[in-house]
Amino acid sequence: MNITLRVWRQRNSDDAGGMQTYQVTDVSPDMSFLEMLDVLNENLTIAGEDPIAFDSDCREGICGMCGLVINGLAHGPKERVTTCQLHMRSFSDGDVIDVEPWRAEPFTVIKDLIVDRGAFDRIIQAGGFITAPTGTAPDAHAVPVPKADADAAFDAATCIGCGACVAACPNGSASLFVAAKVTHLGLLPQGQPERHSRALDMVAQADLEGFGGCTQIGECTAACPKGIQIDLISRLNRDVLGALTHRA
Amino acid sequence: MSSVSDTQYFTVGEPIADTKAPDVPINLMWDERRFEAKLVNPTNRRKRSVIIVGTGLAGGSAAATLGEAGYHVKNFCYQDSPRRAHSIAAQGGINAAKNYRNDGDSVHRLFYDTVKGGDYRSRESNVYRLSQVSVEIIDQCVAQGVPFAREYGGLLDNRSFGGVQVSRTFYARGQTGQQLLLGAYQALERQIGAGNVEMYTRHEMLDVVLVEGRARGIVVRDMVSGEIETHMADVVVLGTGGYGNVFFLSTNAMGCNVTATWRAHRKGAYFGNPCYTQIHPTCIPVSGDYQSKLTLMSESLRNDGRIWVPVQAGDDRDPRQIPEAERDYYLERRYPAFGNLVPRDVASRAAKQACDEGRGVGPGGRGVFLDFADAIARLGRKAVEAKYGNLFEMYAQITGEDPYVTPMRIYPAVHYTMGGLWVDYDLESTIPGLFVIGEANFSDHGANRLGASALMQGLSDGYFVLPSTIANYLADAPFEAADSTHPAAVEATDAVRERVQRLLSINGTRTVDSFHKELGHIMWEYCGMERSAEGLTKAIGLIRALREEFWTNVRVTGANEELNQTLERAGRVADFFELGELMCIDALHREESCGGHFRAEHQTPDGEALRDDDNFAYVAAWEFGGDGGGPVLHKEDLVYEAIEMKQRSYK
Repeated sequence: MNITLRVWRQRNSDDAGGMQTYQVTDVSPDMSFLEMLDVLNENLTIAGEDPIAFDSDCREGICGMCGLVINGLAHGPKERVTTCQLHMRSFSDGDVIDVEPWRAEPFTVIKDLIVDRGAFDRIIQAGGFITAPTGTAPDAHAVPVPKADADAAFDAATCIGCGACVAACPNGSASLFVAAKVTHLGLLPQGQPERHSRALDMVAQADLEGFGGCTQIGECTAACPKGIQIDLISRLNRDVLGALTHRA
Repeated sequence: MSSVSDTQYFTVGEPIADTKAPDVPINLMWDERRFEAKLVNPTNRRKRSVIIVGTGLAGGSAAATLGEAGYHVKNFCYQDSPRRAHSIAAQGGINAAKNYRNDGDSVHRLFYDTVKGGDYRSRESNVYRLSQVSVEIIDQCVAQGVPFAREYGGLLDNRSFGGVQVSRTFYARGQTGQQLLLGAYQALERQIGAGNVEMYTRHEMLDVVLVEGRARGIVVRDMVSGEIETHMADVVVLGTGGYGNVFFLSTNAMGCNVTATWRAHRKGAYFGNPCYTQIHPTCIPVSGDYQSKLTLMSESLRNDGRIWVPVQAGDDRDPRQIPEAERDYYLERRYPAFGNLVPRDVASRAAKQACDEGRGVGPGGRGVFLDFADAIARLGRKAVEAKYGNLFEMYAQITGEDPYVTPMRIYPAVHYTMGGLWVDYDLESTIPGLFVIGEANFSDHGANRLGASALMQGLSDGYFVLPSTIANYLADAPFEAADSTHPAAVEATDAVRERVQRLLSINGTRTVDSFHKELGHIMWEYCGMERSAEGLTKAIGLIRALREEFWTNVRVTGANEELNQTLERAGRVADFFELGELMCIDALHREESCGGHFRAEHQTPDGEALRDDDNFAYVAAWEFGGDGGGPVLHKEDLVYEAIEMKQRSYK
C-alpha cells in the first residue's frame, strides 16, 4: 500500500514546530506502524534529511516507551494496543495519516514525536510504593491474599506508564495513572499502612505537575492499551476522601 | 585444545581463577563470605559514592538497596524512565527453591538443575548461592506488593518450566518481569524521592574511567542535549543487560546494546564466554525484511501447547485438516521423559532440524506449530485464556491469526546471552572496582540458561549479593581523590568526543541500520543455532570487511548537540562489530558442543550436543588485545565437587 503521512516535526522544545508531509510507498500490511516509520527514516537518511525522532524500545507493548497520536487518537485507531503493536493492516491503501506527539502541558515536546514524561516518575516518587527495605520481608506465605484481591491488584498493576490516558483526556488529567497505582497497592494487605498518605501525596504531586482534574469523560480508559478501567478513579477518590476524613 | 587454524586469531595467556569464594563446603560459602567481608559503618556510607549503570532488575534493585543502605548512588539509564528497562518484557516467571508444592524441591535441587541446564559450564559456587538467595527474593517482592498469581486459599501459585520436573516458578500471569521490575522501580523511586539516589535518564554510558587501575567513573552522553559528561565515584557497577542485538533481530528491546560492557572490556575487563547465546524456541516467526525485532512468547506455553510439524515435507494443508497420524510431535517422540518441556537449546535446535528437513510451516518454511487444541479440549477455553490470555492476544495482534482456532506458528529467536563480563564470586570484574550484575555478567547460567532463571539472577545480584560484596570493596575507601578534572577522566572524555565526531564526519552512503542488519545476518547464519569451523572463519572475514566499510561509508545525519537517534545507534553498532568478531573467535576455539553453543563437528550419532569435558571444562575469559591485535584467552578451570558431571539427557 501507499500511505501519505503528515508528521509533527519540532527541532527541540524551544522550536514552534509544524506538520510536514511524507509519502511512504510499498507498505506491507504486516508491518507495524513503527516499522513503517523505520522505513521512512531509512529513506530520509539516504536523502540526507533528518530522520523523524520517536520513542520506542521493547516493541512488544510492555515497556510503555512508545506513544503517538495517530489521526487524533492516542496509540491509533485500534483498541487496547500500544503504537508498537499497531499494524498497517489497520489502514488502507491511499490513507492520509496524521502523526503527532502526546499533547499535554506537563509532557514537554523534546523533539518531533518525543515528549518528557518525567512527571510520572515524580508522581511515583511521591507515594507509589510500599516501604519494604531489602531484607526485612517476612516469608511470602506469612500473609495470604484473597485471590480476587490479588487478581484485581494485578489488573491495576498492568499500567505501563505510557501516558496515553493523559494524551487522550481533554483535561490532561493523570487520574487514571494515579488510580491504577493507588488501586494496585491499596488492594493488598502489604499496602494498607501507607494507603492514606499514598493517595494524598500522589494526587498532590499530579496537581503540582500541572495535570488537570478528572471530570469522568472516559477518554482515558478508551485510549488505555492495557484496558485499565475508569472505575479505579472512583476508588482513588474514595481513598482520597477517606484519607482526608481520617486526617481531620 | 585449540586447533592450529584458530590460533591465528588469538593467543593463550595465564589461567584465571576466582579467589573470593571461601574454602569451606559449598552450602556454607555465602555465610562465610558475608561474615569475613568487611563492612562499611552506616555513618561512613554517606561518604561513599556508587555509580550504577542500568535500571533493570539487577541495576534497579541494586540502586534501590544501596540507596536505602545509605550510600550516595548515581543511577543511569538510556530510556526516559527507569521503569522501561527490558527486564519488563520477561513473561514467564521467576524460580525459587521454596518447595511450597512439597514436590521434592530444595536449594540443592535448584542448584543441580541450574548447573545441569547450563551443561556443566557454570561455576558451582555462584550457582549455589543463587539458589540459596532465591527464596529471599520472593519474600522481598511480595512485601513490595508484587501481585503474584495466587490460589483460592490466598497462597502463591507455582508452575513448572522447561528443563525441570518440579513446580518452582512464581509468576504474575504472563507479565512477571513487568511486575518484578515495577517493584524494583518503585523501591528505586522511593530512594530518589528521599534524595539517596540521583537518577539520570536518557543518558548513555560511553566509557569507563580508570584511575590508578581502579574503576572510578564513567563518561556519558546526555541524549537530549548531546553534552558529554564525566561522573566520578568510589565504585562503578554495570547492570546493562545482554548483547543479543548483535544479531539485529532478537527479542531484545531496540535500544539494548553492548556498549557499556564492551567499553569496559576495552579498558581491561575480561569478557567471559561471549559465544554462549540463547536461542529461545517460542518466538513469532519473521514476516518480512522490514522486521525490526522479534517477539517472544513465554515458554510457559510449552506446558500446555504441543509442538509438531507435518510428517511429510511440503505438506501445506490447513493444520486443522492434517490428521493425527500425519503429525510428528517430534519433542514428545524424541524426548519422552521431558516431552515439550525440554530445555530451550534442545527445543530450538529440534525446530531448526525439522525445518531443515523441509517440514517447516508458514512463510519461508521457517516455523513449527504450537497447538493448544488438546489443552482447550481438556481444560476448556476459559482456563486456557486465564493462563495464557495475554500471550494469545499478542500473537493475534502481530500475526492477524486466532490461536484459539488455528495452531500458533513459532520459530527460535535470539533471546538471552549467557556470556558477559567475567566476574569473581563477589561479582567484581578483572578491573578492580568494576562490578557487573545481571545479564551483563557471565556468571550463573553456563552454556544455557533455564527458563525463569534470568529474573532470579537479576534480583539476586541486585538486592542481595552485590550489596554485601560491594561493602567489602568500599571498606577500603577513600581512594585517591579524583574528580572530572583528573587527567584519566579528561583523557577518556576526549576520546569519547573524538569518536562521536568521527562517526558524524564520515558522511557516507549507507545507513547505520543497513550495516546492523548485515552484521545480524552474518551472526545468525554462522554464529547462531549451529556453528562450524568453516562458517565461523568465513564470518570473521565478513565482519572485518563490513566493519571497515562501516568506518568509511556510514551516514550519520545531524549533529552531536541535539537529540540524535542515528548517532546513538551508530555508536552501538560500531561496538557490535568488535563483539561479533570476538563471539566468532570464541565459538571457533571451543571445539565442542555445549548448551547454546552447537558445533556441527561435535555431535552424538543422534544429533545431540557432544561436550568435551577433558579439554573444554573451563570458562573462556578473553582479554582485549588492542585494536588490530588478537584477544588473549585466559582459562578458568571449572571444578565440579558438589555435582557429578554427566552428559545431559532429557530422554
